[in-house]
Amino acid sequence: MMKTTLQKIYMGLIFLFLYAPIATLMVLSFNASKTRAKWGGFTLKWYQALFRNSDILNALRNTLLIALVSSIAATVIGTAACISIMSLKKKSRTIIIGITNIPMLNAEIVTGISLMLLFLSLGLRFGLGTILLSHITFCIPYVILSVMPRMQHLSPYTYEAALDLGAGPVSGFFKVVFPDILPGVLSGFLMSFTMSLDDFIITHFTKGAGIDTLSTKIYTEVKKGIKPEMYALSTLIFVTVLILLILVNKAPGKEKGGVSK
Amino acid sequence: MKKKLLGLPYYLWCLIFILAPLCMVFYYGLTDKNGIFTFQNVSAISSPEHLKALLLALVLSLIATFICLLLSYPLSMILCGMKKGQNSLMVFIFILPMWMNFLLRTLAWQTLLEKTGVINNILSFLHLPELVIINTPYAIVLGMVYNFLPFMVLPIYNSLAKIDENVIQAARDLGANSIQVFLHITLPLSTPGIISGITMVFVPALTTFVISKLLGGSKILLIGNVIEEEFTQASNWHLGSGLSIVLMLFILINMALSALFDKEGEGSFL
Repeated sequence: MMKTTLQKIYMGLIFLFLYAPIATLMVLSFNASKTRAKWGGFTLKWYQALFRNSDILNALRNTLLIALVSSIAATVIGTAACISIMSLKKKSRTIIIGITNIPMLNAEIVTGISLMLLFLSLGLRFGLGTILLSHITFCIPYVILSVMPRMQHLSPYTYEAALDLGAGPVSGFFKVVFPDILPGVLSGFLMSFTMSLDDFIITHFTKGAGIDTLSTKIYTEVKKGIKPEMYALSTLIFVTVLILLILVNKAPGKEKGGVSK
Repeated sequence: MKKKLLGLPYYLWCLIFILAPLCMVFYYGLTDKNGIFTFQNVSAISSPEHLKALLLALVLSLIATFICLLLSYPLSMILCGMKKGQNSLMVFIFILPMWMNFLLRTLAWQTLLEKTGVINNILSFLHLPELVIINTPYAIVLGMVYNFLPFMVLPIYNSLAKIDENVIQAARDLGANSIQVFLHITLPLSTPGIISGITMVFVPALTTFVISKLLGGSKILLIGNVIEEEFTQASNWHLGSGLSIVLMLFILINMALSALFDKEGEGSFL
């Protein structure tokens, strides 16, 4: 009994450590005083101001657009790559997997500056396009690493049986293989989306002057002081994700393999 | 083979967006402004200010990695000991903070740690001494631990969850006590997770420039800050690339060590 109490206290402390900053941000979003340091009473004015702040809304739109486009592109390219990697010989497979690991194991700052140097030497104009290319680059490994194990557990005979029974390669893939790897594909997509949404460092080096995501906007605001609307927005995003995840987890007959694993 | 062709876009992608950029870093790092080969940008690491930034980054990231490991291991064991369903909820709780922008979460620590901040208000209410760690290396370590703790918890949790309960039962049947079970069964079997966790925490901690900028004031420079400034303010890409090459050496050492301990790639993050 003593042991479980200690365990609960330990978990509670870690929980407090993880969520204290989040609670702080939520409280700040209702703070009537504009400075972080003082509590000036409860207000909802930042939430109203948020929907009139076109800068922040623009950054939000960019962030969501980039996350959506790059995670979809990464999922398609990565899943196709997995099919191909499985049919490679062991040696070339090891090389490809090794290269795939580079963006995950390398420091983000190095990935960021290396892409920046590439875009510079290619003479590309920095902006939405370069951000998308970079995000797709660091998202694909997450897709491959979550689809690959599913592929490895797949029996090759089911696909061959489908072909023998007259299915074309495409319909054979989508009717037989795809349903089996779907959980991996979905979790790869979700991981990509999360990583893209939360990325700052790589975006920082590959964005042009005229475009901002939420992260880069926050970073430039640090010196002048963060606009309280930002706290309101992040509270809204957090609560939305929380509700969505609770709904997904509560949904009956869910397939395992979401972001949590 | 048609199947192989499906991977063509990705293989091209690897070539253009993974390998070529790395070559660019080496090209810039090993040449000067006139494109002539030089080793100066790399050896610039030995100048006092760069060396100080590198050493400080090494020390702080090692401390942060160690603290993460100390916090995560018992935590992962507790998580594994819980009922099914209950533990997936707990893992979910550790991932959830990642959905709030990491810059804002780190900035929130400013509010908590400030001289007149929340923590000091509570401390003074309890008549305890003030805690002044904002804008010091302590705050940077705290920020590292805070941001990268989930990267340590997940691989350790995953490798602990894979341990067959029967193995532990067998050890107990053969007379091992709790400490022996831990030292001879649990710890060795979870080593891949520990190694993977160390890699996942050490690299981002060593190379961060955001955490040091937000929590360390503007005076404490880590190697990440130096490189970032070379690229964004000084526009000396050659020097920045040269220092990045040094940084990559540490990442390579770290990767080689982890490959040595985790040959099967078992302790994966996913």
